[in-house]
Amino acid sequence: MTLTGWGKISAFSLRSGEERPAISLADVAVGLGVLTLLYGIARVGAQSLVRFSPPDIIPSVSLDPWNLPNYVARSTLRMFAALVCSTLFTFAYGYAAARSRRAERVLVPLLDILQSVPVLGFLSITVTAFIALFHGSLLGLEAASVFAIFTGQAWNMTFSFYQSLRTVPHELEEMAELYRLSKWERFTRLELPASVIGLVWNGMMSFGGGWFFLAASEAISVLNRQYTLPGIGSYVAAATQAQDFRALGWAIVTMILVILLIDQLFWKPMVTVADRYKLELSAGEERRFWLIDLWRASSLPEHFGSVVGPILTWLDRSLSRATRGAGVDSEKKQPSQWGDRIFNIVLAIVTAGLLFAAVRFVLEGAGGREVGHAALLGLLTLSRVIVLLIFSTLVWTPIGVAIGFSPKLARVSQPIVQILASFPANFLFPFATLAFLKLGISLNWGSMLLMALGAQWYLLFNVIGGAQGIPNDLREMAASVGLRRSREWKALIGPGIFGSWVTGAITASGGAWNASIVSELVSWGNTTMKADGLGAYISEATAKGDWPRIVLGVGLMSVFVVGLNRLVWRPLYALAENKYRLG
Amino acid sequence: MGSNGTLLTAEQLAKTFPLPAGGEQTVLEGVTLHVEPGEIVALLGRSGSGKSTLLRILAGLILPSSGRVLKNGAPFSGPNPDVAMVFQSFALLPWLTVQENAELGLFARGVAKEICEKEAIHALSMVGLEGFEGAYPKELSGGMRQRVGFARAFVMKPDVLMMDEPFSALDVLTAENLRGEISDLWEKGAFPAKSILVVTHNIEEAVLLADRIVVLGANPGCIRGEVKVDIARPRDKKGPRFVALVDYIYTVMTNPQAPVGELPVPKSSADRFPMLPHARAGGISGLLEIVNDRGGREDLPKLAEGLRLEIDDLLPAVDAAVVLGFAVVEQGDVTITDAGREFATTGVHRSHELFKEQLLKNIPFATTVLEAIRHKKDGRIGKEFLVDILDEHFSQSEAERQFATLVDWGRYAQLFEYDADEERLYEVEEEKGEAA
Repeated sequence: MTLTGWGKISAFSLRSGEERPAISLADVAVGLGVLTLLYGIARVGAQSLVRFSPPDIIPSVSLDPWNLPNYVARSTLRMFAALVCSTLFTFAYGYAAARSRRAERVLVPLLDILQSVPVLGFLSITVTAFIALFHGSLLGLEAASVFAIFTGQAWNMTFSFYQSLRTVPHELEEMAELYRLSKWERFTRLELPASVIGLVWNGMMSFGGGWFFLAASEAISVLNRQYTLPGIGSYVAAATQAQDFRALGWAIVTMILVILLIDQLFWKPMVTVADRYKLELSAGEERRFWLIDLWRASSLPEHFGSVVGPILTWLDRSLSRATRGAGVDSEKKQPSQWGDRIFNIVLAIVTAGLLFAAVRFVLEGAGGREVGHAALLGLLTLSRVIVLLIFSTLVWTPIGVAIGFSPKLARVSQPIVQILASFPANFLFPFATLAFLKLGISLNWGSMLLMALGAQWYLLFNVIGGAQGIPNDLREMAASVGLRRSREWKALIGPGIFGSWVTGAITASGGAWNASIVSELVSWGNTTMKADGLGAYISEATAKGDWPRIVLGVGLMSVFVVGLNRLVWRPLYALAENKYRLG
Repeated sequence: MGSNGTLLTAEQLAKTFPLPAGGEQTVLEGVTLHVEPGEIVALLGRSGSGKSTLLRILAGLILPSSGRVLKNGAPFSGPNPDVAMVFQSFALLPWLTVQENAELGLFARGVAKEICEKEAIHALSMVGLEGFEGAYPKELSGGMRQRVGFARAFVMKPDVLMMDEPFSALDVLTAENLRGEISDLWEKGAFPAKSILVVTHNIEEAVLLADRIVVLGANPGCIRGEVKVDIARPRDKKGPRFVALVDYIYTVMTNPQAPVGELPVPKSSADRFPMLPHARAGGISGLLEIVNDRGGREDLPKLAEGLRLEIDDLLPAVDAAVVLGFAVVEQGDVTITDAGREFATTGVHRSHELFKEQLLKNIPFATTVLEAIRHKKDGRIGKEFLVDILDEHFSQSEAERQFATLVDWGRYAQLFEYDADEERLYEVEEEKGEAA
């Protein structure tokens, strides 16, 4: 057997392999790598605990490129902290939604809305809250930043986990119940493994998107005060302020390197390990990756396993014992209709109450005419999103299909596209802003480009995926009956990639709405450009600390996004599912 | 908790499911059932009979809408701890090794790791998976995967081993093989469960494995009746009793209204293929002439003595005369019938015709063969085909002898002709017979 027990979640039961030299090259490499990582985390983590007194002393950012490694390490730590939070949240929320029928009725629509709401609009609220919570420590700002990244990551992962839990094959669930697996055993043996592939892929995508929120949250002005958290995002903000091209260049190079490094050292190994947890029983080629091979080749895992293994086993056993339940599962009890009715009524009252409070707050603070004004701005931003989607589709669909149809091209370009999607578009804003200034382009048009910088990639790699999913037989058929290019697009390629395109467009549109908050109000040095739109409206309200307008702006944007989802994307998605599904 | 008591009892079970469009669907109604130690019970039904739902209610995985389930005479809640199940789709965790899958149930009971391992290895060796402990399910064939499913259930040493269509996801040969092995294990007496409850839609599988077959009806699922399978193990699928039972249940299953009970008399299906006594037509004719000469009635042992024959040598001809309706045997006396008298006294031509009439009237298989010949375009039918049909009901050598007898009788009756070189049977044309 070539397969070993690596990556087992329960315990590290590594079988000892053949004789090896006492210390191999692989051991040295793995050992050094682990040590470096631990040192870095300890070193960087300690800095978060530095005290600061918000009104007077605020940590400043130095533009010396030698400080970049430190800054980027701190930013990376925030990203991972957010990832851990997102993962824990995912388990709790996903579990609650999948296990309780009543919780499901609230949690799933709520998740749908949370997913659509412009996260950046909340930044002002959360920063204020966290500073108050951790007053006197930089941890407050840290927490606010981590929270901002978290809100960009968590929803996707949660949805994926919830879906996986719902689609665990029925017989496996019955097996787990009949053989009386405890809750912990069920989670580690069945549910987590069954959902891990979706979790890892969604985590990877969300993590990439997280850099954007990180950059936006490290330097933010809330309530007329500029907050700076040392990191690569605030470094870029400072460089923009100082109009320092060299520093911007260094930041971009560093960012690309870090994205590549994290991809190689973290996500690729995760994907490789997750691949083991396919639910299908078909034997396929095992995914391989150099880091995993290196880890397996070294003897460190064995030593690690012999030390940690017993502890893990003990922990596994204790948790199993602690979570052993008896009797009938709650979901099997006959639901009482009265309980449901009361639950629904309470739910409706709470929702109506919250809505009423928000509307009253806005009307009292800003007035009815302000609502109309903001709605008009919302329409402007909406038209930007639509134009952006049309242009991105026209540009990227042919390119995506070309890449998808050519395995060679796909192999080369897919990692590049992934990096591009991960790269925080707001790092490029200063260059674009300068170009707009020099060329005299109004931000009313320019902001569309800024929004597209981040959003378009989702469209591209979904189209690539869709094109790859078109069976070769169909393409050969098209060629053999002599379909001309235009006919082929209409009869085969268009319908074939439609579903993927819709998925990509939903994500891109969500990303564009979010980006509008930072794209409609940009600055270069002391020059500020502004576009008319709901994004700029929220940005300005946030900077001034005008609460009624913040609530109005964010609320309206949520209405636009959710409305768009319900009225446009859902029907399109249903159409794709019902009519244009391959296989 | 006595080991002699009823292991599982279902009393008046009913199950309804709410329909998504509103309203309810009744899946099971009025099901009463029990499982005793040492027996294999098969729940046999077509799709829609709720047999899998019934199994899950008995396992405590689904709550019945009304009625109750008792284990060892006492009610219980939650999954029944005294049962283990083998699932149709195996229900293996692909990320655990064969051994980890097999020991999962014990592990969840909190049994020490070493004991889990020992038990799992033992169970795996019972199902012939020694050496595969470290493999992953995806490396195994379908049949081997289900063996892991069996091992996982065996490890639990359950009172009742439940099997939900355990062989239906396997190809025919693999299923046959595994079914045989499970049956062997049971016959050896070392089976790691007191009883087996198997859900199936495969009639032959049910007859092969079960001591009792509970036949379920559909819409809503209910118990139509029970058939005892009192065939000694190991069971021969070609044995006449086995074949008769399969035929009987098949008839019942295809007629939803038919009552289900004991297989009435083995004769009922034996009628279709009565064993032809190995007597040549000439021998029958001779016997009847003698009996007629002696006044139409004679004591059998006396007859044998008079002819200096052993009674065993005489009997086939007597039996053949009886089967063809030329004579009856009562209390050891053979009496000639009217047809027999005519046959014994008439001329050659008429005797052939009479024999033909009696043959078609009394031997359904002759009619079957004649019809088969007439249905064939070329009017010929191969020996192999007929022997194959007979094979289902008789042993190979017996089938050959039956065929030989039939050919002999058919030739005598001028019903069909047999080309021994080509091994083909065809009908004798009327005019030809008339002319001769």
